[in-house]
This record gives sequence, structure tokens and C-alpha cells, in this order.
Amino acid sequence: MIDKTGSEGFVSFDHVQKSYDGENLVVKDLNLEIAKGEFLTMLGPSGSGKTTCLMMLAGFETATHGDIRLGGVSINNIPPHKRGIGMVFQNYALFPHMTVAENLSFPLEVRKIGKSEREAKVQRALDMVQMGEFGGRRPAQLSGGQQQRVALARALVFEAELVLMDEPLGALDKQLREHMQFEIKRIADNLGITVVYVTHDQTEALTMSDRVAVFDDGRIQQLAPPDQLYEEPMSSFVAQFIGENNALDGVVQSIDNGVALVKLATGDLIDANPINVSKVGEKTRVSIRPERVEFDMNRLAEGSHTLKAEVLEFVYMGDTFRTRLRVADNDEFIVKTRNAPDQVRLQPGAVVDIGWMPSDCRALDA
Amino acid sequence: MRNDPANQEPTGPVLAADGTPLKKSLSRALRRQKMRALLLIAPLLAFVFITFVIPIASMLFRSVENDIVANTLPETVVAIASWDGTTGELPDEEVYAAFARDMIAAVAEKKHTRLGSRLNYELSGISSMFRQSGRKMKRWDPVEDAPFKEKLIDLHDGWGDVSTWAIIQTYSAPYTSGYFLTAIDMQLTPEGVTMQPEDKRILIRLFWRTLVMSLVITGSCILLGYPVAWLLANLPASKANLLMILVLLPFWTSLLVRTSAWKVMLQQQGVINDVLVWAGLVADDARLIMINNQFGTILAMTHILLPFMILPMYSVMQTIQPSYLRAAKSLGATNWTAFWRVYFPQSVPGIGAGSILVFILSIGYYITPEIVGGTKGVFISNRIAYHISSSLNWGLAAALGTILLAVVLLLYWAYDRIVGIDNVKLGG
Repeated sequence: MIDKTGSEGFVSFDHVQKSYDGENLVVKDLNLEIAKGEFLTMLGPSGSGKTTCLMMLAGFETATHGDIRLGGVSINNIPPHKRGIGMVFQNYALFPHMTVAENLSFPLEVRKIGKSEREAKVQRALDMVQMGEFGGRRPAQLSGGQQQRVALARALVFEAELVLMDEPLGALDKQLREHMQFEIKRIADNLGITVVYVTHDQTEALTMSDRVAVFDDGRIQQLAPPDQLYEEPMSSFVAQFIGENNALDGVVQSIDNGVALVKLATGDLIDANPINVSKVGEKTRVSIRPERVEFDMNRLAEGSHTLKAEVLEFVYMGDTFRTRLRVADNDEFIVKTRNAPDQVRLQPGAVVDIGWMPSDCRALDA
Repeated sequence: MRNDPANQEPTGPVLAADGTPLKKSLSRALRRQKMRALLLIAPLLAFVFITFVIPIASMLFRSVENDIVANTLPETVVAIASWDGTTGELPDEEVYAAFARDMIAAVAEKKHTRLGSRLNYELSGISSMFRQSGRKMKRWDPVEDAPFKEKLIDLHDGWGDVSTWAIIQTYSAPYTSGYFLTAIDMQLTPEGVTMQPEDKRILIRLFWRTLVMSLVITGSCILLGYPVAWLLANLPASKANLLMILVLLPFWTSLLVRTSAWKVMLQQQGVINDVLVWAGLVADDARLIMINNQFGTILAMTHILLPFMILPMYSVMQTIQPSYLRAAKSLGATNWTAFWRVYFPQSVPGIGAGSILVFILSIGYYITPEIVGGTKGVFISNRIAYHISSSLNWGLAAALGTILLAVVLLLYWAYDRIVGIDNVKLGG
């Protein structure tokens, strides 16, 4: 799924491996091309190797094998301070003994930039994150969101072309986090910088990124734009990790015309889109998004397979209804429906028929 | 507008529901808690009061206390008040008679020798004068043996000396600044306050030496301790624990043993000299003198006080997240710049805490200078110990101690003004 633009990317990982103890690989054979101006997110559970990749790019960890290139030049042997990569840390790492302005001035001072130019750049960077008034404050006198903005400004003030962000929004509350997501995205787009963003929050990854690399077990499981990642997960792990997902285990009964017939443990038959299965008799896990489940049988194609489902719980969530069902012995089957005047509100205990378009139901690896 | 009564009197005190002022009601509610807390710390308070506040107060008092003259010679003190010693004439018979009556009474109570020792601090020889005269005056009668002037001068030449009476007159007040003046190499004479004779001025020099050597010790502790503390804070836990044990190891051995070990190492026939001679670096007849001088004291005390520097530094450095250094490097700083501009300023509170601890400990140190300091490497505390246990001049010892206390407080104040005591952290 790598977006091959013909030439080599701005940042490239070439067969990169990393081991800390000489026994286990934390990063296993990573190949990744990041285009100039791209916003790429490394998403994955903790221990999946995403932060290690970021640290190797920043220069704080060395790759045990392989090559990391920036603008076509191998940077394996370039120390971090000469790479010119901006970085936003998880806990912001604002120097507590310096004021906000001094913090921003620091990268310019070590680059021996003159005082007047320095002050102008600092002010411009602070204005960009709407912190122009706060230059004289100490980091401890700022709120979490304000510190976040300052950290961002500090990573941008020396005009780095590549900015790395290591879970920068992890410490903020939900509302602020959502606000900052758009803010960071807007600034990155305006400046045209390349951003590599590490997070374990999939909403963050989906809303901000041009492309998302889903990490698990030291490998990229899928690299795709957010919509593709959500709607066309290529493995059970990605399907489970991104968004909410319903999974049903079964065995492939037949594959015909691009539609797989899957027999569930209960004996029920369903139609699915064969993604990771090719042979009859193969074990599979089918996955279906909660909002793609249909109650209205008239909207399904002729001859579609349907299932009996018992309503266990109905939760009113304002804009949506969330219904928990028992489907083929799975008690955690979730269906989300839009709150509309004609939408039915199912009562616990009711038994209904559910179905879906075969294309929305993906037969993945078991 | 609202008709709520509480809003009609915005200027009055806030009232509780029952009409009493809220402050009063709150303090009543808290009183029980406060009493209980006080009761819990009462044993500690009592302990601190008895073992700390009272001894220090009594020391401060002893450094100016001088009622022994007025108590032992009550009539003499009154009679001699009008005498003018500067004329060079002896006091008249009235003073001698008063003195004789006081002495006869004092001899009966055996108080005269103590007075003699006290005045001996100011005029040497006066102690034996009191003792000898006392023996003979025991048989005198205060009425029948009058007049006394001639008899006393016969008894001992000293009673015919103006300076004897001048000393008694000078020290007849119940409080004196004499001890403090002695402590700073001055003296209280009948002519007023003067400097001690040149050859007796040792205490100011000793104070100065104590300060300078303590500063040198503190400085060497910073230089030696900083890298160790940094290692402790940055090594992986298992190695850091081992290192920590090594740092704390000296605490498991007695101070006396450690100091004596330095004696074995440093003396002219000691381990270091032997090795240097063996290696041919030093000639056998030119062995280095490393002990019984300032070098020995500084070396041994730096070793002994080092943990007190390392521990506060370590606990502060532990709180400095490694991401600060990473951030600095990612912003383009070299290792040195990152350390000097980002790490070091954040570790200053630890250096401050360690320095205060080491400096205050060393300024009052006694055992180590006593053992390895010889005559040139001793501290003011050794002089205080001498006056407490050998010369028994407790007043002077108290005055020296008080000055030491004042110097420490002054330096603490100065530190607060320059660095700020808020900048001192022992951790977290």
C-alpha cells in the first residue's frame, strides 16, 4: 500500500532493525518511505516498536541494522544535534529554569543567530501558536495545553523541515486534545513541514494523518490513508485496533464471485468479502463495523444471508444509539444507529434479524 | 433585587447558620483537631526543648555571665566602684576592709579558689594569689584584725599592685563582654577595649582558617561528588544500587576508624609515602608531609563528608528527566551545551543543599582535625573543646561557640539572599 511516487521519499527507513538485548528484535525489518510535507502517524499499542522508530529517526537510538535516510542522505552516523529535526516530547520537556521565550530562543542561540533576528523568530513562532503574550512566563505557570503549544513552537522555531511528535497530546484532557489535533494539523499544513507523529490513540491518528502506519510486534501491519485503514483493514489486528469492530469466527465454506460463504460455530451462514482467505475449509475471522449492520432487510440484496440476534442492551448516546446484541453466541456484538425520527429503539429481550452488504463484511485472518 | 438577609449586609462579617461569626465557628471546629495534633507532637517538642533549646540558651547565657565576682565579693564590688584606677594609686582602706570581710566569708564557704580561677583568665597568677591568701586569711577576724591594707600587702605583693584591683573593678559587673572580646583576640582592660598582644592573637586566625578550609572541603566535595551523583542518577537500577552501596559504605564504619586509617595512609612512614619511595618518585629522605597539616585535614574531611554532598545531589538529579537533555540535543545543542545550559542549572538546588550540609558540618567538625590536623590543621571547634575540657574556661568556649553559631546563621542568610533557600532541595 506504499504510495510510490517514483522517487525516494524525504525520509526513508531501509530494512531497519533494532534490538536492545541482542535476543529480541523490537523493530523487525522496517521499510517506510515518507514523502515531503506528509503527515504520517505511527500508531500501535505500547511495545509495538513505534516509539523506537521515532527515536532512531531523532538519533537517540541507533539502528542495529539497516539504513535511515533523510533527504537521500544516510543519517545513521549523524549525532542528534546535527540532524536539524524538530521534536515534541510526550511531557513537553520545556526547560523549567527558562522562560517561554528563552526556551524558544535556545535552539536559535546554539545556532549562533543574532539577537534581533532571534527575538523576531521567537515572537513569530509564539504568535503562530497564539502564545504571543506568554513569552515572559515560566513553563510551570502555564496550563497543560499552553505548555503543549510552547513545545510545538519550540520544535518549529528553528525552521526544521521534519518534526517528530511523541504522543504530544497524551497528557491533555479530551476536549483540549481534540482542539489541539486540528491546531497541529493546521500549522503543519500551513508550514508545509513533514511530520512523523507517534500515538496509541487511533482517533488522533485518523483525524490528523495523511497516512497511518499501524505497528504491531515490531512490524508495520498496514500503511494506508485513514479512510482506507478504517474501511478496508487488511488484517484482524488492524480491524480490531482501528475503531470499533465486531468479529465472528468461522470456516470458509465456499468462495464464489468474490463472495465468501462463511459457516460460523453455531452453524449460521454469512456472506463476506474474502480478504485474507483463499481456500475452502480455511479458518477465518470476519469483521464488520458497527455502523454497517442493517436491521432493515429491504435494503439488503436479494438472497443475502441474515442472522437472528437478541437485544441485550440499548444505550442512548445522543447522536447515536448503541445496541448490544447476542449474535452467534457473541455477547459483545455492537450495532450503532443514527438518531433519526424514524429509527427504532430496540428493547432488551427483543429478537431481530440483522444483515449486511457482503462487501462491508471482511473475512480476515483467524 | 434579592431580599436575602445575607446579602443586605455586605460589609459585616460572614455569619454561620446560628448567627455566630463564621471565623469563630470555624476555629472552634478546628480546635479539637489542633489540640490532638499538638498532643501528638508534645513528646518531641519536650525532647527538643530539653536537649536543644535549653543547652543552647544556657551556652549563650554563659558567654556573657559574670556574677561570680559580685556574688563572692559583694561588699568589695560596692566599695571599689568609686575608685579611680587610672591615677596609679591603690584603693584606700575602706576597699581593703570590704575585701577582707568578703574573703573571710568566702574562705569559710571555700568559694575563693573558684573566683581565683575565674580572674586568672584575665590576669595570670591571680589564682595562686587567692589560694595562698585564703589559707592565711582563714584565721583572721573581720573586726579585730582591722586595718587590713598593710596586712594584705604583707600577705602577698599582688594586693599592693594596682592592676589586681583594676581587674576586680573591671569584672565586678554581673555581665561582661570580656569573653567575646577574648574570642576575637581583644581584651577588656581598665583602660578600655584593646587588642591582645601580638603573640596571643590566635583565635581570629583560627576562625578564618576554619572558614577557608571548610570552603575548600565543600568545593572539593562538589567536584568529586557531582560526577558520582550523576552516575547514580543515570545508571541502570542494578548498577546504581551497587554504586549507592559503595557511597554509603563509609557510614558503616566508625568515623574514628576511618580517620585513623588516613593516619596510616598519609604519615611519613605510611602507605602512600612508601609506595612513592618504592616507585622512585620521591627520595627516601624527602618523604612528603601529608598529615598533621591542613592538607591532611582537608583530604580526610573531604572523604568523610562526601556522602553528604552526593546524596542531596543525587536526589535532585533523579528528578531531572532524561528527556530534557534529549530535547536540548534535538534543538541543536552539543552534549556540552545541553549539559551546561539545561542539566546543570536544574541540578544547582542539589549542589546548594549538599554545600550547606557539608559546609555546616565541616565548620563545626572536631574529631578529624584533632586526629590528623596537628597544630596547623585544627579548627575552631578544637579550641572550643580545649576550653571546655582542659582550661575549663567555659565562658570563652561559650563565646566561641556563639560566634560560630552566628557565623553559620550569617552565611545561611547570605546564601538565602544570593541563591535563595527555595532553591535548596533534598529531593522530589
